[in-house]
Amino acid sequence: MSIFVLGKMSKVMDTQNCFHCGLDIIKVEEIVFDEKKFCCNGCKTVYEIFSLNDLGCYYDFEKSPGATPLDISGKYDFLDNESIISKLLEFQEDRTAIVSLSIPHIHCSSCIWILENLQRLQKGISASQVNFPDKTVRITYNPELVSIKTIVYLLSSIGYEPYISLDNYETGTKNIDRSLTYKLGVAFFCFGNIMLLSFPEYFEVNEYWLDTYKPFFRWLIFVISLPAFFYSANGYYISAYKSIKSGMLNIDIPIALGIIVMFVRSTIDIAFNYGSGFFDSLTGLIFFMLLGKMFQIKTYSFLSFERDFKSYFPIAITRVNSDTTEESVPVYDIQKGDRLLIRNQELIPVDGILISGSASIDYSFVTGEAIPITKKSGDKIFAGGKQIGKVIDMEVLHSVSQSYLTQLWSNDVFQKDVEQKHKNITDMISRYFTPILLLIAFSSFMYWIFIDTITAFNVFTSILIVACPCALALTAPFTMGNVLRILGKQKFYLKNALVIEQLAKVDTIVFDKTGTITTNKKSSISYEGISFSEENLIQVKNLLRASNHPLSRMLYDFLPEGKRMKTNDFEEITGKGIQGMIDGKHIKIGSALFVEKSEENDIMQTSVHIMIDGVYFGKYVFNNQYREGLDSLFKILKQNYQIKVLSGDNDGEKTTLRNILPQGTELVFNQKPEQKLEFIKKLQEEGKNVMMVGDGLNDAGALAQSNIGISISENVNVFSPACDAILEANEFQKLHYFLKLSKKAMKTIKMSFAISLFYNVVGLSFAITGNLMPLVAAIIMPLSTITIVSFVTIMSNYYAKRLR
Amino acid sequence: MSVIYLLISISIFVAVAFFIAFIVAVRSGQYDDDYTPSVRMLFDDEIKPQKEIQTTEEKQN
Repeated sequence: MSIFVLGKMSKVMDTQNCFHCGLDIIKVEEIVFDEKKFCCNGCKTVYEIFSLNDLGCYYDFEKSPGATPLDISGKYDFLDNESIISKLLEFQEDRTAIVSLSIPHIHCSSCIWILENLQRLQKGISASQVNFPDKTVRITYNPELVSIKTIVYLLSSIGYEPYISLDNYETGTKNIDRSLTYKLGVAFFCFGNIMLLSFPEYFEVNEYWLDTYKPFFRWLIFVISLPAFFYSANGYYISAYKSIKSGMLNIDIPIALGIIVMFVRSTIDIAFNYGSGFFDSLTGLIFFMLLGKMFQIKTYSFLSFERDFKSYFPIAITRVNSDTTEESVPVYDIQKGDRLLIRNQELIPVDGILISGSASIDYSFVTGEAIPITKKSGDKIFAGGKQIGKVIDMEVLHSVSQSYLTQLWSNDVFQKDVEQKHKNITDMISRYFTPILLLIAFSSFMYWIFIDTITAFNVFTSILIVACPCALALTAPFTMGNVLRILGKQKFYLKNALVIEQLAKVDTIVFDKTGTITTNKKSSISYEGISFSEENLIQVKNLLRASNHPLSRMLYDFLPEGKRMKTNDFEEITGKGIQGMIDGKHIKIGSALFVEKSEENDIMQTSVHIMIDGVYFGKYVFNNQYREGLDSLFKILKQNYQIKVLSGDNDGEKTTLRNILPQGTELVFNQKPEQKLEFIKKLQEEGKNVMMVGDGLNDAGALAQSNIGISISENVNVFSPACDAILEANEFQKLHYFLKLSKKAMKTIKMSFAISLFYNVVGLSFAITGNLMPLVAAIIMPLSTITIVSFVTIMSNYYAKRLR
Repeated sequence: MSVIYLLISISIFVAVAFFIAFIVAVRSGQYDDDYTPSVRMLFDDEIKPQKEIQTTEEKQN
């Protein structure tokens, strides 16, 4: 026991962090260089590169900003292929080429600094610019002096491995839509200038000076209002026209009507010298509404909600030709019968048959399963897995588009235009609002026409102007925009504001099992067999040190710290296990077959068997580790929602799950990706609003089909299938809070609707009696806007705080 | 011709000039990334006597 205590104590005493990457340093592996401590050679090398090139500043901006560089030899060989390079480049000429690379590790100011100083590390790079929110770096270089492959290797060697996937292959330069910014700019320009120019009119003093120049001011205002009316507001006309055509009364109809009536009446007013017109209110209205639109758009540009298999798959893969030469080919060119070479950490892009070598394939992107599956030659392997270990050979069975996983994308759900999946809350209100408004307008017109024709027209237009539901239309964007930001701060990233409404409506929640309610970061490990002596345990741990197999790493982390011993005759037999001599003892760790223990062949569990000096001791069993706070989350959710759990796995863990989950939770096992999709569809046909929580590519269909698909991600920068929202895995237990908050957001919107309707009634009372002065309109409009905006912001922040 | 026409047209002209500058700035992509430039501008003053700073940091550790 004493060794254990010592081991633990020593660990506590030197909790030192690596100077480069900030990870804890294991004492025995510590490397001291230049008076600084590093956790591994990789980190030290990066430090060396930086200090040699006078780039030590890297460590001044942020503490331990780096990442350990990974071994990637061979991974980017496809960058020798001219046709692939030309697809990646943004711009190419004899001496200049520009490439944008996505680098997920970008996270602090040190990253920006080092990546913008690349020209000091590599000749031929002339400039590099980081876009931090996008996590991309744009490199300008001279292709005669340096190749893109060299640049990629340079980046990888300093811990900034770029992420190049099939996605990059198809999209050339992206077109960014900036029209809303332009519109907002134009509207603000018009609004500001008109406000200034209308000031004299607000104080209608009969003064010679003002009277003389009235026409000049008024026509100038008219001219300035034109761009706002014709350009900035055109989105409302188009939307109103579309909604009339489709027979749906949305909120844009009264808005467009209000704007047009306001413009026409104001023009008539100044043309016949009836008054000064409502140009100030008109442009202000357009400006505020565009501002609301802008506020609602909160994008997380470093995330993508549209990912399909293309973001996961590599651009190119090594093909072995019949004359045994190797060649990088784009994955789309792979045909049935080709032979491919898959290296360590490479993704298998197509279905095929394993020819040589023994593969250990990590399907965590697909299923969320953490533990790799071992395949022997002759076995069928599916696209989407990642090879871990040695190089393997495979023969292609299906091309990319026909592989098992990619076929899922030919399903209709992925083709559907998701734009108009449902009506939003504002449109629901406007279904009543618009007809009532028109009714009031026409009846007052009919009333006044018998008294005075001119007043009748005045009243009619005033009603449409004052009822223009500016505040109503601003309510939802500002509430949603604010909640979107609150959620984003808590690592719950929504695709757009509409998702909040959907969240509030959910009544059924379907969870994927593996990778969603279990974590693929950790496994719970239990031991079955004869108990070890401490000595043996340390020997086993020392043997495991030498192995890179994921199971070895997990078991190594699980076993207690001990002193380090020398291993002799170490041997790793892929797909079987490891063996070696420690302290004169021969230790074998591996599969049941490897330790000559052939009793049970239990496929339900993953286990590692131990044998020392020919004596079988026992096995370590790896179980899925459920996420923290899972049972309490499910208990709360159960009160308000129907919960179902879907799994692609066999029902080996049925009893465990039954114990954790509350009574009455439906559990469905052995579900293929299409079956998951169908399951959701069936629930929807029963009239349920389904929220799907999943993680891997195999959930992609279900996520797309559900009313709201949430993807759980351990690393939001890299992998998450197409979905409506991305939730960072360690915030999983907050799910209930997010659902509650979205409900409160909807409540806030409803309250604020009441307030804005009240403003409308006040405005209408002015309008119906024929007393609407431009000044009154100019006061009511901004006043209502400001109260609404501050009300919804305060309320949503209050709820966000109180619920927590 | 009153002076007010002149003054107003000058003021409108100035406003339009600024407006055009805004459009040009948006078009050139200056507003696409609103975070990185704020960090980048701080890099110009590189800290020269690195050695000392790092050793003090070590001591704190």
